[in-house]
Amino acid sequence: MNGPLFTLPLGEWVASFVRWMTSTFKPVFDFIKTILEGIYDLIAAVLGEPPFVAVALVLVILAFLVKGWKLALGTAIGFLVIEGVGQWGNAMDTLALVILASFIALLIGIPLGIWAARNDSVSAVVRPVLDFMQTMPAFVYLIPTVVIFLTGAVPGLVATIVFALAPGVRFTELGIRQVDKEVVEAGHAFGSHPRRILREIQLPLALPTIMAGVNQVIMLSLSMVVIAGMVGAGGLGRDVVAALSRVNVGLGFEAGLAVVILAMYLDRITAALSDRSPVARALRTTVA
Amino acid sequence: MSALRVENIYKVFGRRGPEAVRRLDQGASREDVAPLGTAAVIDASFDVQPGEIFVVMGLSGSGKSTLIRMLNGLLRPTAGHIYLGEDDLATVGPAALRDIRQQRVSMVFQHFALLPHRSVLDNAAYPLQVQGVGRTERRAKAEESLQMVGLEGWGDKLPSELSGGMRQRVGLARALTADTDILLMDEAFSALDPLIRRDMQEQLIDLQQRLGKTVIFITHDLNEAMHLGDRIAVMRAGRIVQIGSAEEILADPADDYVARFIADVDRTRVLQASSLMRPPTVMLPVSSGPRRALHELSEAQMPASFVVDRERRFLGLVHDSDVLEAQRTGASDLSGIVKPGPLPVSTDANLSELFAPAAESQLPLPVVDERHRLVGVIPRVSILKAMAPNESAPDATDPTVNLPWEAEPTDVGPDDGATLVSGGPR
Repeated sequence: MNGPLFTLPLGEWVASFVRWMTSTFKPVFDFIKTILEGIYDLIAAVLGEPPFVAVALVLVILAFLVKGWKLALGTAIGFLVIEGVGQWGNAMDTLALVILASFIALLIGIPLGIWAARNDSVSAVVRPVLDFMQTMPAFVYLIPTVVIFLTGAVPGLVATIVFALAPGVRFTELGIRQVDKEVVEAGHAFGSHPRRILREIQLPLALPTIMAGVNQVIMLSLSMVVIAGMVGAGGLGRDVVAALSRVNVGLGFEAGLAVVILAMYLDRITAALSDRSPVARALRTTVA
Repeated sequence: MSALRVENIYKVFGRRGPEAVRRLDQGASREDVAPLGTAAVIDASFDVQPGEIFVVMGLSGSGKSTLIRMLNGLLRPTAGHIYLGEDDLATVGPAALRDIRQQRVSMVFQHFALLPHRSVLDNAAYPLQVQGVGRTERRAKAEESLQMVGLEGWGDKLPSELSGGMRQRVGLARALTADTDILLMDEAFSALDPLIRRDMQEQLIDLQQRLGKTVIFITHDLNEAMHLGDRIAVMRAGRIVQIGSAEEILADPADDYVARFIADVDRTRVLQASSLMRPPTVMLPVSSGPRRALHELSEAQMPASFVVDRERRFLGLVHDSDVLEAQRTGASDLSGIVKPGPLPVSTDANLSELFAPAAESQLPLPVVDERHRLVGVIPRVSILKAMAPNESAPDATDPTVNLPWEAEPTDVGPDDGATLVSGGPR
């Protein structure tokens, strides 16, 4: 049997790089871990400590406010199902993870997208990095994060942020680049400062697209958060992983269904929010 | 002093622009420098006078959009100078440029470029918002602008609730709110239906006369250019090939390109009575006696003559039979026998306005100036002849140009068309 023509010890390099990072930046990582854990615990407590009825009611009212009674009714039924199968506590842990991961992913992604939209070189660098991040199998991110952050919610969070970052950047860049060139020119032509053009013209007009990106970020976060159950991130993911390892069809279905209900809720809420943006509303109003 | 002075500006897109300019300067063609970049505007120079409507006309790709975008610094010229008063737009810094755009040059866009999520009023108030003017004050000013363009009461609507013509009125109102002396209009009416476009052109002329703005108007439509422009710059392949008034360009096209271009212009809207008229063959002061009148009529071999007063103001017409009668009754002058005759037309009447009066009468049309003095006449045959394209046009061999129906106006209203047909042999 022939050996390979040559060997590229890429894996070793990456491994030693991660080892070097872990030891060199240990204080930094410890700090990040403490912060993230603190915020996560806080959100999880807010969502998980009050009784089911209180939290569910708030979420149902939210659904009613942003969309209407149909979504509110659907939400109520869905949440009753989650409570009924005993997954409410896990669902709230997962929701806390999703909220935090999405928030941080957007905090990084949207400014990066704006920068990429305004600068072609940035765009040229960012694009392949995003391709890499999106296509690398999601599990792989878990390995270095576990090395760096050990187990618990934080490695799952960090892996989720990396995995969910891409659509936030892409949709923001796309949305801003899609804004009618003439309207941006009009901003310049009347002497507006580029920063104001961004704030008053580009971002509002790009908002429907950016919101689609926000929706994608949340959906990706949710799917990754379940995978993160493998490294002890808690929530629904833990039960899904447990069901998998014990071949427990019932538990798997119940936890899986709770994920689906949560996903639909988050999707409809964000979609309704983007529909309510001034530009989306204005574009729906046309000459009768 | 001119409102805007453009001196030898070039715009070459691409990294090696300056090198391309150097080559173009030495006589290279646009194609020669293509490897260095796209030469959109080549060596353009012109002056725009205050209060003038200056039209830049050219087909797509001729560089006119690039040219207008350099006039407010949306694009920087690769070489050359654009003087706006003391400032040279080619070198001015970003803060000063924003200041110029706020105070001195505004723009109307082809596709209106309104903010879809803001009301019509807020769109019209946008320039003042940029300038940091308070909400109440800028809305009051915007309301005035909307009134000027005939959109009072529409302020609460969103742009998407308006028709195309109305949206462009908002675009115009927005530019008026900025209250700059110079107004750039980039194919501003090209996206509108022909009838609405016509309306907007009239409105622009009207506004220009009321407010005295300097307007620089870009269009690919020669009829529009001829109708609006005090002067027209014709662009081709990045260069300005001719600058002149509509009549100058029609009468004396600078080259084959311009001649071909004007071959199918709607002459009825461009040519004016003043360019068609000739001196009257016979013209009698009202004080002249019948004997002298008969003498002049027989000398001119005419059956009738126009009559003017001592200041040469048009009074009407006398017929030979009436003059004979007056001589028999011993009248001392012609005042008793003057008939109203054909209605006089003014010197700036368009050819299209001459059809109806010409159809009414066998006699030539009298042409009067603003003081109602008879300055010339237009025989009917001259009107028909003027409709045919220039015989000197190089395309004269092209049969499509010589066909009489090709020379007919293509977009005159139904009224004009009707008189043209019915005005024939009556």
